[in-house]
Amino acid sequence: MSTIGNETPQLRQGEEQPFQPREMNAVEYGRDYVQRLRGGEMGAVPGLIGLVVLVILFAILQSGFLSAYNVENMVIDGAPTIIMAMGLVFVLLLGEIDLSAGTASGLCAVLAAVLLVRHQVNWVVAVFAAGLLGVVIGASIGWLRAKVGIPSFVITLAAFLSFQGVTVIMVGGSGSILVTDHTLVALESASISDYMPIWAGWLMLAIVVLGYAVVKFRTLSKRRAAGLSTEPNSIALIKIAALAALGAVFIYYMGINRIITHTFLTSNQTSEGVPWIVPLMLILLFALTFLLGRTRYGRHVYAVGGNDEAARRAGIRVDMVRISVFVICSFLAALSGLVQLSSQAGVNSAQGGGNTLLLAVGAAVIGGTSLFGGRGRVIDAVIGGVVVEVISYGMSDLISGSNGPGWQQIITGIVLLVAAGFDAVSRRAGLSRQ
Amino acid sequence: MSVDAGPRGASEPILRLRGIQKSFGPVHVLKGVDFEARSGEVTALVGDNGAGKSTLVKCIGGTYAIDEGEYIFDGRPAHVQSPRAASALGIEIVYQDLALCDNLDIVENMFLGREEVVGAARTLDEAKMELMAGQTLASLSVRTVKSVRQKVSSLSGGQRQTVAIAKAVLWNSKLVILDEPTAALGVAQTAQVLDLVRRLADQGLAVVLISHNMNDVLQVSDSIAALYLGQMAAQVRRSEVTHTQIVELITAGRSGDLGLTSSVASAVEGNGAQA
Repeated sequence: MSTIGNETPQLRQGEEQPFQPREMNAVEYGRDYVQRLRGGEMGAVPGLIGLVVLVILFAILQSGFLSAYNVENMVIDGAPTIIMAMGLVFVLLLGEIDLSAGTASGLCAVLAAVLLVRHQVNWVVAVFAAGLLGVVIGASIGWLRAKVGIPSFVITLAAFLSFQGVTVIMVGGSGSILVTDHTLVALESASISDYMPIWAGWLMLAIVVLGYAVVKFRTLSKRRAAGLSTEPNSIALIKIAALAALGAVFIYYMGINRIITHTFLTSNQTSEGVPWIVPLMLILLFALTFLLGRTRYGRHVYAVGGNDEAARRAGIRVDMVRISVFVICSFLAALSGLVQLSSQAGVNSAQGGGNTLLLAVGAAVIGGTSLFGGRGRVIDAVIGGVVVEVISYGMSDLISGSNGPGWQQIITGIVLLVAAGFDAVSRRAGLSRQ
Repeated sequence: MSVDAGPRGASEPILRLRGIQKSFGPVHVLKGVDFEARSGEVTALVGDNGAGKSTLVKCIGGTYAIDEGEYIFDGRPAHVQSPRAASALGIEIVYQDLALCDNLDIVENMFLGREEVVGAARTLDEAKMELMAGQTLASLSVRTVKSVRQKVSSLSGGQRQTVAIAKAVLWNSKLVILDEPTAALGVAQTAQVLDLVRRLADQGLAVVLISHNMNDVLQVSDSIAALYLGQMAAQVRRSEVTHTQIVELITAGRSGDLGLTSSVASAVEGNGAQA
């Protein structure tokens, strides 16, 4: 690697172009990719492999696992975890932690429920109030971390405990508040007719695939025009085709009538279509991925997570970045809380407690986001969230009896440990290549 | 105190400091320091620990504001109160503890905090940045990195130093200050970085090299400035001094006719001991 004795005179002649722009062919691209994996840039690969293995395993072991009904339920149950994990990715990128995201989501949901039920406000106002509360919570945590200098672990542990208390007090004696607002509840669909129309599902897929293809080829052509090395067209086409195929299977699956047993009540009813939560998650995924990957702000988040001193010297306002990730995290926690409210059609006094947060952190880490900061993407939250949900559903039917939930937690814990192990080992692999 | 005239005689130094004073509370760190750096030359800044090298560099770079003295850059008096102001003048400092982010690639590091954006949505202009980074590295004849999209974590110490230096050069800088660029490097990588240092000067930049390593200093510098307990013992041409003379300037503040007069030196020493 090291070349010494670059004699100065011959260097000026321009014959040595160190970075010869070139078109890689598919084989070279593959080799380059494998090299990057071995260099510690594993990203979501372990999570994806784990996901495929688990799905195959459960599909073999358990007959109803891949039924349309089961898949739809996994999507709906996984949504709150995934949305919370998307927010946690931002905090984890800075090497921080937000232990309060779970109870903050509960608190925001309870606020929305109280406004809806006891004060009869419009659902828009309730959602807005919950989101605003999330922003205020995040800004407070961020301020305490960045300006006062308390470790985020301690601040958010304190917030975790006290939010639980506020939730109990707000919900009050009965222990639960039922929410009947149709729009909010339809998000996660309590009633069988509240799904996207079949055509809307296919339209959504078309928009996603076309959008992806346009972005991909515009980037490629721009890089080619600038004479930079690019991903080969064949690889880009394969990626687009894979997205289209996976999406088509999903939409088709969600189009199957999920009512299997026909009673005289349901004989002429159908339950089909994509749950409304899916487009919402896609919008969040797109917007947050754009924010992290394509804007200066996103670049600065990675920089602060990698080396905050370097970021400070580069003129980045480190404190503002630090506060902002907590705001994003708590805001998404509030959204997650509203989604949870939707699926339960109400809230209870333990809303957002228990292992809500831990599953979301687990999702982000299983998806490939590093706990050491500096590495992670929003898609990690989706992949990891699906893994967590697949385990939860697969195990719950596989191990019946009273010990079922216990085993489920044990397996989730082991998977999280394996994921964190991948993270630590791949980080070392990256560092040792000096 | 002797300040050399330089080989191009009439050519005005790009940076000229006169009588710089800097105190931190009761501690008087810089006691009227004169210093100059010329374009196309490597000026070595040497001195023992505590002589004030870091303080002087931080004053030049705007991290510290000077208490007193003249700061003339490119023929005009300048008021450098912040690192941003120094960057605006064209002064870049490459710190010893490399200000690079391991998790970012070479392009991302070189443009950190000054990313190019495009369009109404102000998205990052990756193609432009990658092109500019590649061109800068090519202009410095850096051939040791495979791809500008490599993560910095996968680079060797010498390569990191190279990236840090290239980052400083990217911004049409006129004066680049390198703080101990070879301190943590092996023999081969040191040669590689010194080569690059020489090349920067040959391209017309003014380079200030801070180093403890006399071999490095003698190998690449055109001019040597020796600080002794907060005073400039001497700034001399490389060709006019020997290894021994420089060591004496560093350790005693004087060497024969060069350096502080003995009374000044001992007075300074007395003050230094008090402080």
